[in-house]
Amino acid sequence: MNEPRIRFENIAKRYGALTVLDNPDIPCNGKVMNEPIVRFENVTKRYGALTVLNELNLSIARNEKVCIIGPSGSGKTTVLRMLMTLERINGGVIWVDGEPLTHVQKRGQMVLASDRHLRRVRGKIGMVFQHFNLFPHMTALQNCMEAPVSVLGLPKKDAEARAAELLEMVGLSGKKNHFPIQLSGGQKQRVAIARALAMRPKVMLFDEVTSALDPELIGEVLSVIRKLGAEHDLTMLMVTHQMGFAKEFSDRVCFFYDGKIIEQGPPDQLLGNPQNERTRQFLSAVLEANS
Amino acid sequence: MSIWDWSYVWEALPYLYRGAIVTVQATLLGFAIALVLGLVFALIRQSPNRYVSIAVTEIVEFIRSTPLLLQVFFVYFVGPQFGIVIPAWTAGIGVLGIHYAAYCSEVYRAGILAVEEGQWEACTALNLSRQRTWRAIILPQAIPPIVPGLGNYFVGMFKETPILAAIAILEMLQQAKNFGAEHYRYTEAIIMAGFFFLVFSLVASAIVQSVSLWLNRRYHLQ
Repeated sequence: MNEPRIRFENIAKRYGALTVLDNPDIPCNGKVMNEPIVRFENVTKRYGALTVLNELNLSIARNEKVCIIGPSGSGKTTVLRMLMTLERINGGVIWVDGEPLTHVQKRGQMVLASDRHLRRVRGKIGMVFQHFNLFPHMTALQNCMEAPVSVLGLPKKDAEARAAELLEMVGLSGKKNHFPIQLSGGQKQRVAIARALAMRPKVMLFDEVTSALDPELIGEVLSVIRKLGAEHDLTMLMVTHQMGFAKEFSDRVCFFYDGKIIEQGPPDQLLGNPQNERTRQFLSAVLEANS
Repeated sequence: MSIWDWSYVWEALPYLYRGAIVTVQATLLGFAIALVLGLVFALIRQSPNRYVSIAVTEIVEFIRSTPLLLQVFFVYFVGPQFGIVIPAWTAGIGVLGIHYAAYCSEVYRAGILAVEEGQWEACTALNLSRQRTWRAIILPQAIPPIVPGLGNYFVGMFKETPILAAIAILEMLQQAKNFGAEHYRYTEAIIMAGFFFLVFSLVASAIVQSVSLWLNRRYHLQ
């Protein structure tokens, strides 16, 4: 049984003029390619005496779209915030693209990583927040240019071209010189998505991105995310209350309860035929609220 | 002898003019120190190093809790006993600046704390450096709203410059007093000095207000 589980033959991938993959036969024994891009290993998070997450284990494959659902206080947002290094973890290791996020291995031991390491690994992750967090003193375009220029060192012209392209992708090319205060909630959130994408992350985190929006504006944001998932090679991790969207969009849904993943699986199964009693209770409560 | 004599007004003018220059200079230089040093105090207080931030907090508290006059005396009269001789002008403006820096740092701090937590988080998520976060994101949002607060201290400091007379700096009120002493006539000079303080304060307030308006508009803040 030396036959590899996955074999690529004459695979080529081009984006316009750019050839990303042009390799007749990538040596692949199923190990490298199958390595998850994000892996939580026994991750624990406490606030004082309160344990929010208890020895969490969660792996996310490359390009996988994962939705996290669960009642408030179940620790689902904390998962994203830890991955974005907005929260310190109290135990365990988070692996991103094969490297520990907040630690480095030194002489077989895990020690806290330097700021430089943290920034390098963090660069692979982008995040969109519930309350947008756009920079109010910058236009939509400037919001999308700030980090590419000051962090990646992109020339202003290139950053502007990229920002304009991304704003067009989220359907806001006409609003690029508007300030956040001149935009609707849905438009702000779409700028925020463009801003995160401008850093070319491998993993995108969406933290209840539609929860602060008026109902009629939710659709425009979700359709941008849908488009993003369909057209780009991106790993997406999303905390959401939009069950319908989770069902159609995600590859996997995780149900969090009390700091643990109680149940996870393909959306049809988890949302259609949940096995756990708590999952059933939660879903019926959500359905009732939405009906 | 009439209550108001215009001839004294003309005679007092050169005295007051010299004094006014000193007063305005002391205010502008002192406030420049206060603005910069106040920001430095405020930034250090946000330092993640607890010892550093506590040390600066204590220093600020100490400066605010002792009289300005005492601080001026200390630097000018006690310093030389330990071999630290500082000219009156330097000592006066320096102490004025440091004293008001302590007050301004509190205003800066209020502005910095008023910036939403989400702005910091967005900066982390976008991987901005700490320096860039402060310069491009936090301070442009923190400062415009506090310009009126800083402006209050600007006017306040201007009105406290007569304290410099205590270390023989001939600012405007001291000039007015000297004129009075020389001519046995205080009415005109003192009233003129008061009038000048009033006019300068009003002009300064107007300038502060338009700077505040301009900054808020420039940075599209509400």
